[in-house]
Amino acid sequence: MKRSLLFIPGNNPSMIQNSIIFESDALIYDLEDAVSSSQKDAARLIVSEFIETSFGCKKEIIVRINAPDTPYYEEDLKQIVSYKLDTIMLPKATERTVRQLAIKLDEIEEKKKITKRIKIIPIVELAKSVLQIEKIAPLPRVSGILLGAEDLSLDMGIIRTKKGDEIQYIRSKLAVACKAFDIDAIDTPFTDVNDDEGLVEDTKRAKLLGMDAKSCIHPRQASIVNGVFSPSSLDIEYARKILLGYEEAQKVGLGVFSLEGKMIDKPIIERAIRVIAKAERYGL
Amino acid sequence: MIKGIAGTTESSDCLITVEPNEGIEVIVESIVKDFFGDHIENLIKQTLKELKVKNIKVVVDDKGAYDFTIKARLLTAIERMES
Repeated sequence: MKRSLLFIPGNNPSMIQNSIIFESDALIYDLEDAVSSSQKDAARLIVSEFIETSFGCKKEIIVRINAPDTPYYEEDLKQIVSYKLDTIMLPKATERTVRQLAIKLDEIEEKKKITKRIKIIPIVELAKSVLQIEKIAPLPRVSGILLGAEDLSLDMGIIRTKKGDEIQYIRSKLAVACKAFDIDAIDTPFTDVNDDEGLVEDTKRAKLLGMDAKSCIHPRQASIVNGVFSPSSLDIEYARKILLGYEEAQKVGLGVFSLEGKMIDKPIIERAIRVIAKAERYGL
Repeated sequence: MIKGIAGTTESSDCLITVEPNEGIEVIVESIVKDFFGDHIENLIKQTLKELKVKNIKVVVDDKGAYDFTIKARLLTAIERMES
């Protein structure tokens, strides 16, 4: 259960050392697009050294490695995988490359005697991957799927817009698949870091279609995204009333009851339980 | 003689240059040298010991880097010198 995931450039010591105080629920140390080819070796080492020393960080630690068809992939995995790493983010993911990564992680974890199971967040950013979403979602270790709309638009030969009509179908498809297999549906970043209103609208649209979280490319985006994905105080108050009403209804053997003139049944009760769980998780 | 260079002189980073040498020589320039100069030198020497590197000259131009950055830049510079 996370709301925001913040990308941190993998060769920027200043951003890396400050990353744990940013408001995002998860941190993605980026070895891919944010790092030039001449600095891949340096980024790999600085990120791995930082992760080794990141004692007591309660955020999910994710590393976006380079794609399997690059010369950096094998070395990234060799260097980055450790017991302090929570998740690998895999670019240009397909069913085949996610399966291969899962097998590779089995081998590396055994070799390094890592007892935890490192998760995978595949990035869907190829047209081919969109067709495979339902096959990628249930694969071993997959804890969520990120929509990479910028690269996907390039692959599709379409233009990205702020309104995002062009990705509505893909957002919906990804959200349904993730819900079906109980993993996180993570939305693409909003690339205009100076447009807060645009970010709010874009995040609301993603949430409306079933996305659980959104990736961010600037620290200031995280609190805005958290705000959209957090239940409001009214939501929390109403959820508490529902759960109280449910307790009373159960005492007299009722499965359905009425609250403020509205019928409350199982799906609404389950939604209320989720709202309270989220509120407790984030101290709301 | 092949040098290995890694890092930058941006704030919170350090530029490390290494080259083959007779024995270990560490030169530290830092904006916080009065407070952390000895610590940086010890960190470099400790890392070299862990790597079993015995003949090297290390020049550090530090702009307030944390330990993880200094260590990573040193490892990168050594890898680059060797490659």
